Amino acid sequence: MASLSSAAVPAPMTPTNAARLLVLRNFIVYKSAWRLFLTGFLEPVLYLFSIGIGVGQLIDTFEFHGEAIPYATFVAPAMLATSAFNGALMDSTFNVFFKLRYEKLYDQMLATPLTTGDIARGEIAWGLIRGSVYSAAFLVVMVAMGLVESWWALLALPAAVLIAFAFSAVCMALTTWMKSWQDFDKITLVQMPMFLFSATFFPVEAFGTGVLRWVVEATPLYRGVVLCRELTTGVVTWESGVSVVYLVVMGVLGLLVVRRRLDALLLT
Amino acid sequence: MISARGLRKSFGDFEAVKGIDVEVRKGEAFGFLGPNGAGKSSTMRMIASVSPVSGGELRILGMDPATDGPAIRGRLGVCPQEDTLDNELNVFDNLYIYGRYFGIDRATCRERARELLEFAQITEKAKAKVEDLSGGMKRRLTIARSLINNPDVLLLDEPTTGLDPQARHVLWDQLFRLKQAGVTLVITTHYMDEAEQLCDRLVVMDKGLIAAEGSPRELIDAHSTREVAELRFGVGEHEGLAEKVADLGERVEVLPDRLLVYSDHGEEVLTAVLDRGLSPIATLVRRSTLEDVFLRLTGRSLAD
Repeated sequence: MASLSSAAVPAPMTPTNAARLLVLRNFIVYKSAWRLFLTGFLEPVLYLFSIGIGVGQLIDTFEFHGEAIPYATFVAPAMLATSAFNGALMDSTFNVFFKLRYEKLYDQMLATPLTTGDIARGEIAWGLIRGSVYSAAFLVVMVAMGLVESWWALLALPAAVLIAFAFSAVCMALTTWMKSWQDFDKITLVQMPMFLFSATFFPVEAFGTGVLRWVVEATPLYRGVVLCRELTTGVVTWESGVSVVYLVVMGVLGLLVVRRRLDALLLT
Repeated sequence: MISARGLRKSFGDFEAVKGIDVEVRKGEAFGFLGPNGAGKSSTMRMIASVSPVSGGELRILGMDPATDGPAIRGRLGVCPQEDTLDNELNVFDNLYIYGRYFGIDRATCRERARELLEFAQITEKAKAKVEDLSGGMKRRLTIARSLINNPDVLLLDEPTTGLDPQARHVLWDQLFRLKQAGVTLVITTHYMDEAEQLCDRLVVMDKGLIAAEGSPRELIDAHSTREVAELRFGVGEHEGLAEKVADLGERVEVLPDRLLVYSDHGEEVLTAVLDRGLSPIATLVRRSTLEDVFLRLTGRSLAD
């Protein structure tokens, strides 16, 4: 034992530093699995090409908040929002479940000065970063293809980060209640319709003026899609503010629930 | 280092720990012995400051786990019962990132990780995946990892369960060296030889309570005789013969395959048995072990 050096007693960690360590851990894991990142990025790009450009050739321009825009310009911001959504979802559901139930990774972390709050913030930060990386890359594609019409689009990236945060937090919270892999069918059951019907490929007006439209407008992905669309097309309204508040509240609530659930599951 | 007063832990209606007093002193190796379900692991989890105390008082390094959890955990090393290693990272990174969780800086973590690989004798496996390690290597890695922060107290929950005899001896040797270096060890085990080898003091737990406390020697003196004479007769004869030898020892225990006569002078018992015209098939005189104490205190029936 004489060969073991004595470590200086480290100063207490700040929450930010603690979250950074979880991100670092995930980063080390993905350094050798970066190809997984590629698929997450390609998915929305492929949708943009097939539907935005391909189907878009069959469609004339149509109106968004009273302005005529080409179909691809309409679809692209929706794909930007969904890339953040998908990126955040992947990490905060499957990966979190695996770490929580099989790897017992969080139990390992709780043997160190890290707390359940650190774990919640760190994992959500990672989901947020992953979603944001996809969105940033996608935004570059949009600019390159001339699908951005306003300087407001600069704010589309923080908007995508916000979407990633909100979904990361809420999905991780829901994952803490999952018992088996079968439960993930329920996630897919919600994910697909959200992706298809959140005014991603057609305007919300298509739902008419009834309850259905009201329901769609109240879903989180719709808020994200519309927010991104308003920013990339430059038609910012008071509704944009509503979306921002909606997503912030959703993320914060998710974070608080995750924290409480981890306490209940791990600190027994 | 650790002091518990009337410590309790309950899960709903079930009381796993029913009020125990424990005092662990600096630099000693302290053992929790007990059958499965005795409350050892619950106690260890409370000491590790990941399980809230249900009642009583617990102080670790003078701090209260309810309020100073992270500060306490920063000075503990925890080696859990199952090897909960990070399977998505290689061996070196397992040590490195774990050190970082303690807030230790990069350079120190790298240095410590290298030293600990050496200590655990797995340096050549540094870049290997965790799942490619043998059971013994995983165990050594888990123990090495628990040392990354130079803990004041090392908690070991069943450290050698599932290891082959060679690996166990290597581990005991390493734990002994740690103890020499001044690390306080808290060990749970249900291996009596392990407890006798490693522990300066121990408590025997049963059904959530402490059944006995002391050094291995003291426990044997207090709860068993110096020696045990084992007498093997034909199948089915033991029950009947027990009365005939009952007066020869302090206590006689009937097992399906032999009689145990507890006495300070085993050879004399043996002679007396033969003098009485009894002819056991096989005999053995041995010193009492902690196992005799353990079985006396916690019974021979299965706990679960």
